Parts: sequence; structure tokens; C-alpha cells
Amino acid sequence: MALFPDPFDTLPGLQQALDAFRASSWLGASSSSGGAFPPLNVFRKGEDFVIITEVPGIKTSDLEVQVKGNTIRVSGTKAVSYPEKASLHRRERLGGRFDRTMTLPIEVDADGVKAECRDGILALFLPRAERDKPRLIRVA
Amino acid sequence: MASSQELALREKKELAAKEEKTVPGRYYIPYTDIYETDETLTVVMEMPGVEKKDLGVTLENDALRVDGRIDFSRYEGMEPVYTEYNVGHYTRSFTLSNKIDQEKINAQLDGGVLTLTLPKAKDVPPRQIAIG
Repeated sequence: MALFPDPFDTLPGLQQALDAFRASSWLGASSSSGGAFPPLNVFRKGEDFVIITEVPGIKTSDLEVQVKGNTIRVSGTKAVSYPEKASLHRRERLGGRFDRTMTLPIEVDADGVKAECRDGILALFLPRAERDKPRLIRVA
Repeated sequence: MASSQELALREKKELAAKEEKTVPGRYYIPYTDIYETDETLTVVMEMPGVEKKDLGVTLENDALRVDGRIDFSRYEGMEPVYTEYNVGHYTRSFTLSNKIDQEKINAQLDGGVLTLTLPKAKDVPPRQIAIG
């Protein structure tokens, strides 16, 4: 938190903080990130991590989240439909399949992962595995 | 529609405002579908992160304006380590070419998608004017 006084005090603060970590090197060279959609933001919250992504209009039944080791996979289908007899004026929303995987440079406690979907935002709470947590070493 | 197609990644469209906002921060333009049937005009907008209470829809002189604010306090205590998109409020306005029955507008917000159903006003039948 030392980088910004209080990044979440104002919206520009948050926007600036999000910009600063645009495709940061945190995932490292070893990142085996597959797929492009949906875009993911990764946050640290205390010792744990949170992945947030925007999934507007995607039904939770059409959304699948898998965790294996430290790899997270988000896949599913986004359906966009119109009534049969409608004449389309604008069509900007896109539907289709998606399959995204991301390998994190931390160890995740797969049993403790929680997924929450609210207002078109999917949040994955990833507790850091106990053995991966930093240990305090006392200097003798 | 074409659900077998792979979804491509799109950068969010930022609003290049003609008029400046009084509150600082970036605004984004929500992806919108508009379609028309015999009875209604439907506007579908994607505004992930917007709650019902933070949404404003106004229709004035055929100008439809939608404002959605995100609650960024949800990000409290979180420190970004890797990001691929940014967040911000949403705003967009349209000038409607149809006459709308303003009393019967229906708005639904579900899973970050706003659906506005605007019933077209019934045409006023032409009136015969008797010549005295």
C-alpha cells in the first residue's frame, strides 16, 4: 500500500492503481495464461488473493470455474439473443465461447477457493496455501 | 447467435466527453444493443458492477440518458498485483427517433445487464377537421 497514499479513497485513485499494474510482471515469464476473454484483474488481500472479472449477462449456469494446483480456469458461454421479429439497430454486445486459464505464482489452497457472482462481476477468492505463506524468521 | 464462436478480447471504450464531469475519474461507454419490434424499442446495456441503487435512467425530449455508477468501495483493502482492465462509471445517451409512451417504460437490471423496454406511443389517429 506504500505506493499510493490511499488508492481507494477516490475513483481516480483506483483507476490509477489499476493502470499501474497493467499486465505487470507479477505472473512472471512462466505464466501459462491461455485464452484472452474474460480479462482478469488480480489483487492481493492480506495474505490471500482475489481474481475479479466482468461477466455481464453470463448466467452462472453457463459459467465454470476450475482450480488445479495454482492454475485457475474460467470457461463458459455467453449467450446474446434477440426476439425473432425484431429489427436490430445496434449490435455491440458479443456472445460466444470462452476459456481462460491463468497460472499464479503462488500456491492456492484449492479446497478453500470461493466464487461469488454479483451484478455481472465474478470474484474468485483464493486463499494462499498454508505452506506457501511467508514465515517470520527471527534474527538470533 | 453464433454461440460456437470464440469470444474475443475487447478493450473497454472510454468516454471522450464533450462536456466535463464535475466528479473526476474516467467513464466508460457501455456496450449496447438496440432493437425494435412492432410495439417496443428495447435497449440492452452491459454495465458490470452497477447496482440498482446506483443507476439513473432519464428520458427528456427524446433524449435517453443512462448513468451507472460503480461502487468502488468493494475494492477496499485490495492491492492490485496484475491487471488487464480498468473500472469506472458508465454513461451513454441516445436520441430516440420514435415517440415513446413515457409512462410505460420498464427497466430491468440483472447480472450487470440493463434492459430498457420502451413502448412506442400509439399513433394518434388523424383527425378530420370539418370545414365550417
